[in-house]
Amino acid sequence: MIPYPRELSLRLLADMLRIRRLEEKSAELYGEGKIRGFLHLYIGEEAVATGAMHALAPEDNVVATYREHGHALLRGVPMERIMAEMYGKREGCSRGRGGSMHLFDAARRFYGGLAIVGGGLPLAAGLALASSLRKESRVTACFFGEGAVAEGAFHESMNLAQLWRLPAAFFCENNLYAMGTALERSQSQTDLCVKAAAFGMAALKADGMDVVAAHEAAKQACERVRSGAGPVFVEFQTYRFRAHSMFDPELYRDKAEVERWKARGPIHNFSARLKAQGELTEEQFLEIDRGVMAEVERAVAFAEAGSWEPVEELARDVTTP
Amino acid sequence: MTTTYREALRLGLREALEKDERVFLMGEDVGRYGGTYAVSKGLLEEFGPQRVRDTPLSELAFVGAGIGAALGGMRPIVEVMTVNFSLLALDQIVNCAALLRHMSGGQFSVPLVLRMTTGAGRQLAAQHSHSFEGWYAHIPGIRIATPATVEDARWMLAAALAHPDPVLLFEHAQLFEAKGDCGPGPVDLARAQVRRPGRAVTLVTYGGSLPKALAAAEEVDGEVIDLRVLRPLDMDSVLASVRKTRRAVVVDEGWRSGSLAAEVMARIMEGAFYELDAPVARVCSEEVPMPYPKHLEDAALPQAAKIVAAVRGLG
Repeated sequence: MIPYPRELSLRLLADMLRIRRLEEKSAELYGEGKIRGFLHLYIGEEAVATGAMHALAPEDNVVATYREHGHALLRGVPMERIMAEMYGKREGCSRGRGGSMHLFDAARRFYGGLAIVGGGLPLAAGLALASSLRKESRVTACFFGEGAVAEGAFHESMNLAQLWRLPAAFFCENNLYAMGTALERSQSQTDLCVKAAAFGMAALKADGMDVVAAHEAAKQACERVRSGAGPVFVEFQTYRFRAHSMFDPELYRDKAEVERWKARGPIHNFSARLKAQGELTEEQFLEIDRGVMAEVERAVAFAEAGSWEPVEELARDVTTP
Repeated sequence: MTTTYREALRLGLREALEKDERVFLMGEDVGRYGGTYAVSKGLLEEFGPQRVRDTPLSELAFVGAGIGAALGGMRPIVEVMTVNFSLLALDQIVNCAALLRHMSGGQFSVPLVLRMTTGAGRQLAAQHSHSFEGWYAHIPGIRIATPATVEDARWMLAAALAHPDPVLLFEHAQLFEAKGDCGPGPVDLARAQVRRPGRAVTLVTYGGSLPKALAAAEEVDGEVIDLRVLRPLDMDSVLASVRKTRRAVVVDEGWRSGSLAAEVMARIMEGAFYELDAPVARVCSEEVPMPYPKHLEDAALPQAAKIVAAVRGLG
């Protein structure tokens, strides 16, 4: 039984769909050469960002990775500005300079869009330190993949956060592969919560394929952080259905494994449950989907109509030439 | 007021902590220990553990936390014990602090001040004695400052805190005992300074090499330019002097290859080639890891005698 009012359930469903459709379109546009560089899709993992973002408040801080289209979108960055950013247009949320991996939005306290694995964790600790020193009530939510737990930045930041009881939620999206390297091929300890516990940090695991489980875990974590009890680590167990990036031939995992995980797809499972409890019909689902597709089309049109930053502005925002 | 370089740095820190409640100091042993070089001695007692924070030995995390705290509205002063240790935090400095403003389309600035001790001369051997400020000066988006006088030690911090972008302050290990006049302040973080006027040759230097260049200048009638800020470089001041003396020697404690000295020489060539009477020369550290014994350390470093010899070698 889904324990939410229908309105919230439909919002969660729609938000997962918004990420999915935005990214499917992005992959298509990549094929057409409209989007270039690296493009890392989140398809399959939507329940994590959706569950987590719905646990955050506007005054909270968000630090994310290079697989962050969904996080930015649900943080409130308009889809059209995300799409324009991927096009490299000046109307993008980072003025077109960042592209897919570097989405930023100061007004929404969205601090990236950071593409060095583990690099967001020290930054998140610092944001949390600032809000603690300024006596502001904010959770700093830091998203990172399980690949980051191999980095020194993870261990140093977890220690610092717990030592100083910083108001940070460390949201680890464990999709089992650091690019092509499986967790058990790179870590001596594959239970990530054990790592968090080594710092004395509260840690929990959640099914990252189930938006309800993800949302409940994120809410629990955020409540604890807000109560002043210090940081929390959450491991969301999830799976990326698509390749690591558009250049990845996927030699490291077999198709049967991917298919097994796809059977647990967050969108169709959640919509099936909603249908089973009589809160959604196929027609209503299609209507939501049409609304999302229209938003995607508007975003593409906005990006197409966007402008290129003039070359004369290349050095704008560098104060030490 | 006459004081030491160390005391001047402390005066600057105390003033910063007093003036702005957003300012805090963090780093290894800055609190209870009083700072590795005793710069922050007494500040913990005066300002308390929230504002003078001892950190674990986690350069990457606490430098990154400084960046995050700056983004979050604070004005952090982060101390890294020596420049060699700053390499452990290089990712946060280079990949994050330096890039954020431009890559976010101008949405974020990182008003972070990063202080560290640099340079040789105290027989601390190969892993505590190098000069990497020239490396850092390679990177757009950060400002690199090298206080070489007591006055700059006293006032550069305030200028750095007023700057909207990351500023790296390199405090030279051999200067802590140096005495001088604090001056009334403030100082800028933009211009080079003529530290000794002269007619025969321009000696361009910065940081710990300044006293050596001044000593050499006495013998060769050199005009000594203290760069003060390595990025962005104030070449106008350098070129004005070179146009007058028509000869230049660059003195830089960094290694010769790919050095800041190389950059300054190239810019002199670009800006004043036809006004030179001789090719520009340089005195850098020998290209070896810094050795421990005094006589070898001395031999590896720029010295006044080497500078005089380089000037005489110009012909």
